[in-house]
Amino acid sequence: MITDQLVRVFLVDDHRLFLSGVRTELSAPGTGVEIVGDAARVGAAVDGIRATEPDVVLLDVHMPDGGGRAVIGAIGRDLPKVRFLALSVSDAAEDVIEVIRAGARGYVTKSIAPGDLADAIRRVHEGDAVFSARLAGFVLDAFAGKASTVADPELDQLTPREREVLRLIARGYAYKQVAKELSISVKTVETHVSAVLRKLQLSSRHELTRWATDRRLV
Amino acid sequence: MIRSQQLSFARSTTDRMVAGVAGGLGPRLGLEPAVLRLAFVVMTVAGGAGVVLYLIAWLVSGEEEGEEAPQEPMRAPSSPMRRVFALGLVVAGLLLLLRETTLWPGDAVMWSVGLGAFGSAILWTKGEDPTAGRLARFASHLPAAPAQALAGLSRAKLALGAVLVIAGMATLLVANTSVETVRNLVFAVTVTIAGLAFILGPWISQLVRQLRAERHERIRSEERAEVAAHLHDSVLQTLALIQRSQTPKEMASLARVQERDLRAWLYGRATQTAGGARMVSGALDEMAGRIERLHRVVVESVVVGDAAMDVPLQALVDAAGEAMTNAAKHAEVDVISVYCEVDEAEVTVYVRDEGRGFDAERRVPDRRGIAGSIIDRIERNGGVAAIRSKPSEGTEVHLVMPRKP
Repeated sequence: MITDQLVRVFLVDDHRLFLSGVRTELSAPGTGVEIVGDAARVGAAVDGIRATEPDVVLLDVHMPDGGGRAVIGAIGRDLPKVRFLALSVSDAAEDVIEVIRAGARGYVTKSIAPGDLADAIRRVHEGDAVFSARLAGFVLDAFAGKASTVADPELDQLTPREREVLRLIARGYAYKQVAKELSISVKTVETHVSAVLRKLQLSSRHELTRWATDRRLV
Repeated sequence: MIRSQQLSFARSTTDRMVAGVAGGLGPRLGLEPAVLRLAFVVMTVAGGAGVVLYLIAWLVSGEEEGEEAPQEPMRAPSSPMRRVFALGLVVAGLLLLLRETTLWPGDAVMWSVGLGAFGSAILWTKGEDPTAGRLARFASHLPAAPAQALAGLSRAKLALGAVLVIAGMATLLVANTSVETVRNLVFAVTVTIAGLAFILGPWISQLVRQLRAERHERIRSEERAEVAAHLHDSVLQTLALIQRSQTPKEMASLARVQERDLRAWLYGRATQTAGGARMVSGALDEMAGRIERLHRVVVESVVVGDAAMDVPLQALVDAAGEAMTNAAKHAEVDVISVYCEVDEAEVTVYVRDEGRGFDAERRVPDRRGIAGSIIDRIERNGGVAAIRSKPSEGTEVHLVMPRKP
């Protein structure tokens, strides 16, 4: 860890029990994380984030009155330095794609081990994208085959190298192991993953918009 | 639909008295089915023309298909009142034509029937139409409040409709005084009952609607009961087991198995094709779940794409299961990663762990599993299997099965 400073984290989750569990886990010494606040509702979360300006918001996808997407929508532009890491019990493909497209820098499931969660928070803070095996699988699925309308081939398709990286992540490789396997640096792996994240957020690929429109999100 | 969109229409399967002609044609013309039905009744009295028209409409219509969107009204711009008026003109014109034929039952009878039909039309139509409200206000000098009265019927409308129906019955009775007294009496009773039916009709239909709503509510509560039963059999049982479990590992494993089960129930991908064949994703998830239950490990499975199962693919899933079993038994890990990718040409499966690993060159002879269950099984079905392992660096089994064209 390069930074000595603690990563300031704001928790948003409507399950009190889970909120306190995560708080306890992350407050343990050595995680490199400091909890600056929490909220259980969208409105309170928006106010809290504005007031504390945290480094990373750990955001529940499913909440009443709009969910994580509403929080990102309300904050996103005003506080560009705040990064969002989505957290959910669900891994239905459309939920994952939805929250990434809204602007989250990563997605982890609530079953993640405490150490891995702190690690994911640090990585999101440093500007990396956090792709779990499952998210990599969804993205490969969404970008499978040729884009139906190639409006922007740059955005609507993955490069062979990006595919390779995603495949290894889907196979359970950590970034470091991906780098070793492909004989590239970890930084390059991170660059590829960030590029994929950007495509995921900006692409107008039919499959991605369909997922969103199916749920009336666009 | 078989016939052209413009001329044909679909008979309603939900809103039907006889064959659903009025229920289907009404929305199409922007008219209430009740109004259309009454028009058919009036025409029927006038020498049976209504029956003929109904049969013709029946013949040119198609049966409504379940998922079809409701049909657009043909003439959207004109107001409902104007459409009713137009229908009235059409009926009146046809009546004048029929008057010249021998089938005509007599002016007096037709006036009664016409008045009765007009009154019931007012009673049967819903009260949300502003022009209808104006009509009612004119009739009774009362402020119209469509939503206030029963079945959305304003009191004014009710009064006007009832007056018209009674007037119809009265004229009918007056016109038939010359007929024999007994017959007259029977006729009077019949007409009274019919009149009552017309007046009470809206309440009866309201009752029917209520019954329907109750049925929907019952279906919903049955669904709730089903959900509750499922949660009771699965989640509650597991929670009870977790409370009694001794070790964190056992607890986590129980939770994990339950999670997989619940997830599959909530957002399970279709594990079967339309023809009932199993899908690769479903078969592989099931296998992963079995390994989790048997060996108390976590199997993270990711499937990209999907295909219907066949014999070689079953061999592939079985071999993958064997690889997972090996990893669970020998690798000394808590997590096994499974990745499956289906493309047009082949299905690829990786089973990976970060455990003990072994020297692939000097394979331990008692591990028959690797040679027999994995490699042979795959190669017999035309696939390729490779195993990569190094001591203390984990093991990855790579299986490829070409797809049948």
